[in-house]
Amino acid sequence: MADLIIRDLVKTYDKTEVLHGISLDVKDGEFVVFVGPSGCGKSTTLRLIAGLEDTTSGEIEIGGRVVNNLEPKDRDIAMVFQNYAIYPHMTVRKNIGFGLRSSNKSKAEKEKRIEEVAALLDMTPLLNRKPSQLSGGQRQRVAIGRAMVRDPAVFLFDEPLSNLDAQLRTQMRLEIKKLHQRVGSTIVFVTHDQVEAMTMADRIVIMKDGHIQQVGTPQEVYHKPANTFVARFIGAPSMNMLAGQVKDGAVVLAGGNAVPVPVAVPDGKKVLVGVRPEDLHPEGETSLLEGTVSLAEPLGHETLLYVETPSGEVISKADGRTPPGVGARVALHALKENLHLFDAETEQAIT
Amino acid sequence: MNPAIQGLITIVLGVGGCIAYFYLSNQFLDKVLFPARGANAGRNINRANMIRPWLFLFPALFALGLYLAYPVVETLRLSLTDRDQGGAFVGLANYQQMFSETKFWEAMRNNMLWLIVVPALSTAFGLLAAQLTDRIRWGNLAKSLIFMPMAISFVGAAVIFKLIYDARPIDQEQIGILNAIYLGLGGTEPQQWLTIPFWNNFFLMIVLIWIQTGFAMVILSAALRGIPEETIEAAIVDGANPFQIFFKIKVPQIMGTIVVVWTTITLVVLKIFDIVFAMTNGQWETQVLANYMYDKLFRASDWGVGSASAIVIMLLVTPILVWNVYNARKEMR
Repeated sequence: MADLIIRDLVKTYDKTEVLHGISLDVKDGEFVVFVGPSGCGKSTTLRLIAGLEDTTSGEIEIGGRVVNNLEPKDRDIAMVFQNYAIYPHMTVRKNIGFGLRSSNKSKAEKEKRIEEVAALLDMTPLLNRKPSQLSGGQRQRVAIGRAMVRDPAVFLFDEPLSNLDAQLRTQMRLEIKKLHQRVGSTIVFVTHDQVEAMTMADRIVIMKDGHIQQVGTPQEVYHKPANTFVARFIGAPSMNMLAGQVKDGAVVLAGGNAVPVPVAVPDGKKVLVGVRPEDLHPEGETSLLEGTVSLAEPLGHETLLYVETPSGEVISKADGRTPPGVGARVALHALKENLHLFDAETEQAIT
Repeated sequence: MNPAIQGLITIVLGVGGCIAYFYLSNQFLDKVLFPARGANAGRNINRANMIRPWLFLFPALFALGLYLAYPVVETLRLSLTDRDQGGAFVGLANYQQMFSETKFWEAMRNNMLWLIVVPALSTAFGLLAAQLTDRIRWGNLAKSLIFMPMAISFVGAAVIFKLIYDARPIDQEQIGILNAIYLGLGGTEPQQWLTIPFWNNFFLMIVLIWIQTGFAMVILSAALRGIPEETIEAAIVDGANPFQIFFKIKVPQIMGTIVVVWTTITLVVLKIFDIVFAMTNGQWETQVLANYMYDKLFRASDWGVGSASAIVIMLLVTPILVWNVYNARKEMR
């Protein structure tokens, strides 16, 4: 149990800088998810915390100790890898027990600890099997058990669910979350799947190109995205971005519609109005823009409409029972409080 | 005629003959024996297709039969006859005679020594070299240097090592590096290394180890590369030190390959002949089975005992060969 503090973390490979000074405080017992497109530096950050790579500059502190120059085993961390990384030649029992070899507990105590962990993960009947006799989900559980057995201060998960099929992924997602509630240790979880991030995290760290874009609770990053990248990255389908210019306290969109905005913005400023498809409906009161439906994707309970408008193609969600047909003219409506305003040049949110 | 032209003609005739065989035999099958027309066209096509694989197999089967199966049977027959009695059947008399010779038991003992020492050391050194050269910048250069002896024939290697073990009178410059070092370290007089019984066996084995280490290294190096990187990183996080990572994580994962390398080298060792023949010719208690067989068969012209020893070698090789093929197949799956 410990908090994790990262200060101005920089990592360069040869001459290429891949992490540009990352700072983050993770509180004791917090579940933090790093999310971002591939190549954004999230896995590198995790490997730096684990000590599998050397930091170029900056500090990593775990439980009040600066661990930059400590070996991975002395950092009081455990890691779960994407490809499980369980030892194929050892039984489940030995796999879980491998991390205990160096501890000075008695043999009986170690056995007891292994049994405990196995019971926690529902794996007691599998203890004497070899990894080749296990399914993907069971292997992932062995990997988690191996991390748990040493009772580390910080758990590091490196995209642990991406090798599982969709159904199993949902199930393991729940299991890991439950495990966190039961064990209560600090967890840093890396994923590229925003659904995983939203559902599991206490706080989400969104990264892009080696920079942190935003840190916040799932509600914060969804409802108050700090910039257009976060706005587009979180939520599926992505948020619609409508270009416009401010005039007399309202944004004038390409189609000529004026949208009143809640915040004061100087006249003449170019802005982007962001609106999520789920907030944009063909029925309602305040019309935002009009267009022709070019494509409809029925999803059952709702239908995604791709609408050609003067501001480009936007996506809107319509009722699943009586959606407008392809070719229909529709007026799209959105509530004022569901609009997000971004500076068109800096792409930062205007609040 | 120029030998080069002869060679060329041989190649043309050989390849041409092969093509002609396959083409003409298939033509014969399809056009003459079972033509795909007339009343029984369908049945004929089926029959032709049943025979066709045998057309392709025949040359290989014939060559294997002539050069492998027949010699084995013939050797077995010869080992039961005596040349001095005009090739009469003498039962197991040759084997009896062979088993009563001290030279045979010396060869057996030496072969066993070779069998234990050479595969063990070659594999161990190969594994060591593979591990040490892994993931370093000049690793590939080191690997190609270690692998190079594989390209040298056993006789060539034997000649090289004869120079290393060479001894000159004490008042002359030593050209053998072993004696030069020995004298440099305070030895009193140059040693004839290859004539020192028992230990000279090991001086011969070094030659084969030198050659086979490269082979072991290449195969094991590929196997080491195949180990998932994440299992090693997981072991690092789990707190294993480099030795534990090597012996508890890496080696167990490539155990199958190690066994295949070990048994393959064992097969080479069982048939070892050239090195002993070129360096000591079995003198000074360095006799091995293959050289013993050669001595009996071609020097003493005693085909009975010679064939008997050949059969003994074959019996020793067979179980290892079967085990080796079994393991190699398991690896491939």
